[in-house]
Amino acid sequence: MSMMQNSDSFSEVQPERPWAKRPEEVRRSAIKFVVAAVLAMVVVRFTGMAGIDGWALVLLGTIVVATYVAARKLSGKDRKNALVAVGISALALLAFAPWLSILISVVTKGYQALHWTYLFNDMRVTTPDDELNMGGVGHAVVGSLIMVAIATVVTLPLGILSGIYLTEVRGRLTFLVRFIVQSMAGVPSIVAGLFVFTTVVQTMGEYSGIAGAAALSVLMLPTVSRTAEEVLKLVPDDLRNAGYALGARQWRTAFMVVLPTVKSGLITAGILGVARVIGETAPLLLTSLATNGFAINPFGGTLGSLPTYTFSLLQYGTEYAVARAWSGALVLLLIVFGLFTLARRLGRKK
Amino acid sequence: MRVSDVLMEVPEKREMHVTYSRADRIFRRIVTAGALTSLIILGLIALFLVLRSAEVFRTFGVTYITGTEWNNAAFDPTIPVEFSIGPMLVGTIVVSLIAMVVAVPLSIGGALFIEFYAPRSIYKTLVSLLDLAAAIPSLVFGLWGIQVFTNIGIRWSNFLNDWFGWIPIFSVEFENFGRSPFIAGIVLGSMVVPITTSVAREVYSRTPRDLIDTCYALGSSKWGAIRAVVLPFGKSGVIGGAMLGLGRALGETVAVFLVLNLSFRYTYRILDSEGGNVASIIASKFGEATDFEIQALIAAGLVLFVLTLMVNMAASAIVQRSAGKVNR
Amino acid sequence: MNQARPGNGVASSVEGAAMAVEPEQSFLGLETRGAHAWFSAHHALANVSLKFPERTVTGLIGPSGCGKSTFIRLLNRMHEFIPGAAMAGQVLLNGKDIYAPEEDPAMVRLKIGMVFQKPNPFPAMTIRENVLAGIKLAHLQRDDHDSIVESCLTRAGLWKEVKDRLDASGGSLSGGQQQRLCIARSLAVEPEVLLMDEPCSALDPASTLRIEETIKELARKITVIIVTHNMQQASRVSDYCAFFLTDGGPGYLVEADDTRKIFTNPKDPRTADYVQGKFG
Repeated sequence: MSMMQNSDSFSEVQPERPWAKRPEEVRRSAIKFVVAAVLAMVVVRFTGMAGIDGWALVLLGTIVVATYVAARKLSGKDRKNALVAVGISALALLAFAPWLSILISVVTKGYQALHWTYLFNDMRVTTPDDELNMGGVGHAVVGSLIMVAIATVVTLPLGILSGIYLTEVRGRLTFLVRFIVQSMAGVPSIVAGLFVFTTVVQTMGEYSGIAGAAALSVLMLPTVSRTAEEVLKLVPDDLRNAGYALGARQWRTAFMVVLPTVKSGLITAGILGVARVIGETAPLLLTSLATNGFAINPFGGTLGSLPTYTFSLLQYGTEYAVARAWSGALVLLLIVFGLFTLARRLGRKK
Repeated sequence: MRVSDVLMEVPEKREMHVTYSRADRIFRRIVTAGALTSLIILGLIALFLVLRSAEVFRTFGVTYITGTEWNNAAFDPTIPVEFSIGPMLVGTIVVSLIAMVVAVPLSIGGALFIEFYAPRSIYKTLVSLLDLAAAIPSLVFGLWGIQVFTNIGIRWSNFLNDWFGWIPIFSVEFENFGRSPFIAGIVLGSMVVPITTSVAREVYSRTPRDLIDTCYALGSSKWGAIRAVVLPFGKSGVIGGAMLGLGRALGETVAVFLVLNLSFRYTYRILDSEGGNVASIIASKFGEATDFEIQALIAAGLVLFVLTLMVNMAASAIVQRSAGKVNR
Repeated sequence: MNQARPGNGVASSVEGAAMAVEPEQSFLGLETRGAHAWFSAHHALANVSLKFPERTVTGLIGPSGCGKSTFIRLLNRMHEFIPGAAMAGQVLLNGKDIYAPEEDPAMVRLKIGMVFQKPNPFPAMTIRENVLAGIKLAHLQRDDHDSIVESCLTRAGLWKEVKDRLDASGGSLSGGQQQRLCIARSLAVEPEVLLMDEPCSALDPASTLRIEETIKELARKITVIIVTHNMQQASRVSDYCAFFLTDGGPGYLVEADDTRKIFTNPKDPRTADYVQGKFG
């Protein structure tokens, strides 16, 4: 009996998906959706419902009615299924809508004050009401970077130590440490600011960049610790056991075997911590306040920062000031998203 | 002697000690010290807040929490100095509750959508979007809230007041809707949504696949399977996530500060442009506070600290318990 | 009454795909014609044509990785839940293609039920609710809940053991009992075919034997198709056996016949090797 190689003779058989929506169905659904959108616009124009929220509501109503009508021939269970699908999609869209709106607003309103030297000027000689091509955000960026850098130098080692304790040493206090890190993550940012105020500022007698950095450290430590622990947990025990089996002591194994494998992961922990705190306003309002000019000495009085720059301009309230605030927000968002992308790319490189 | 005789004698257990070399002991001590800094910092926060605010509590006692006056006597020394955060505390809870009422349905819907309804090709993108949204600083939310959302919020407030004004919370004293707890709550809610949605999505993604498959094998629709299996499975995890969001909402400062008009009056009307928020009052009064007033603000910080700590601890406990449930 | 023999018009892999399939007059039961399955680009199952007559038990045997589990998921349209899944060929229930566009997959799954390898009663439901779960999920109209619960649990061989604690949680039973509960649950929606994917592999021998007795009882009313790694089980329980194999490519059907013939005098030497334990 001939043994056929079955894999050869079936090159003519094509894989199919009989359960998938046919292209005509998809096209029909898309057309129905567009019609509903236009219909909604017409209804909005004529009934005086205003704004994008009014249009979205009418659109939703139209889709619900259309879905109900289309599902009339189906069983009750399938009709409910279809309507629920519409409902859940609507909820999801509503959840995403604010972030979308924020992104659009920040970009469209923020680019106005951007100009070539925006990142290099400060506000020492410019008032918030001056023309938008004057002044800049340079001092704020520099101030933020200085405070964040100090905070990183402090929290990154501490966070790594915490992670090593939880994954390598695994002592008796493990549960306590993890619990404390979790609790610290929930401390409101203004409370961190108050704490640093009562300690650093009142002791030093002045608001300063170092106080701001201290407040940011308090907020940054839990994030760095948590990420460091997660990254270290990913190292398989086999690797550690290989080190021990070769006779290496615990500390040597930790430094020479485990840590190098997660180097990029620990850098990611630092980056995510920075992204977490660089936008914090409230603690800085109580510790480092704000300045108008370039200042780089963290011990020499108040220090500018992006969040306080944006905040005080917003408080000022005039048209140009608010435009500058949007630009400050834009720079802030660009930095945060840039950091996140960097962290993701580092994570993927592993 | 037979083999079985030898096997029958169970020898005494030997104690196994781990002795670390000196270098290792130093290593372990350093690491432990580093890990305990979080504990030390948390303890210091509690300590300093209590120390610096003790006098306020000694002076005012319980009325610090229940009273309604805030006078620092800076302009008129004849008015007695009195500090109390009652309306601020109640207002914080009101605004946070509104935020949760907004955030919880949206995050459950969003989580279910990402896990079960979205095309698989954009799944990873959506999860990344969630992470990015969680990273948007609250200042940006506040900026968006006051500059963009307020108009929409005013429209909604008008609608609610017109059609549902007979319900007490929707009634107003003055038709000035711009800086109300309602609008602040919605802005706060949209800020909390990324956190709660991430937790909910994570929990739903851990639903055992064969329970869902069994539902389909019994002829269920997608919603039937979700209702029968996914939602019950994720209940405690989602509750934990919601409490984490609540903890965040309670402590939020800038977003609420920019949008809410602070007033020292107890009120149940959420559409009126007045409300309270402990974190915002600290930020608001700090700049020109007298020395004693600063202590009162520190006391407010202590109250906030204790409140959020309790909520967060409860939330962590619930989330941990639901995560452990999967390893059945 | 038998599958894949040359000359009766049903193409078999051994004879080659070139033979045309002559339509049989309304064959009662489940039938596949030239069934293929893919996972994205990976061709997992090739050209399986099998007939499963009414009220019989068919065992699907073969070493792991031959596509047996993939095959039965084609039979109740569970295969399509896997991202990237694709198929070709026909699956006919009483002559009608279950993949036809007008067919409702949920309805198909009511008629062709499935019991999984790991017993998985719904943890949040009582025993009684578990049995009735299918009726609730499919929104079937049935008023006689109590008699359904009793008859299904009896057919699954579990009634005597749990009749006094129907309100206990589904998870409070032993492994074997849980699996019988899952069988009762599948029976409640009155399927014509019951697919079982290695239902006893997670159970102890005593429970396994109980379930085998149950299967033989079930086959008096419905068709049972059981995937099993345990050849002794296949020989004990099934009327017909289908032997799958893979050469590193897609899984395919080597031979299908009466169980006795497969185990005593199979046509294909590879079948003989397998049932004698020489590999797999």
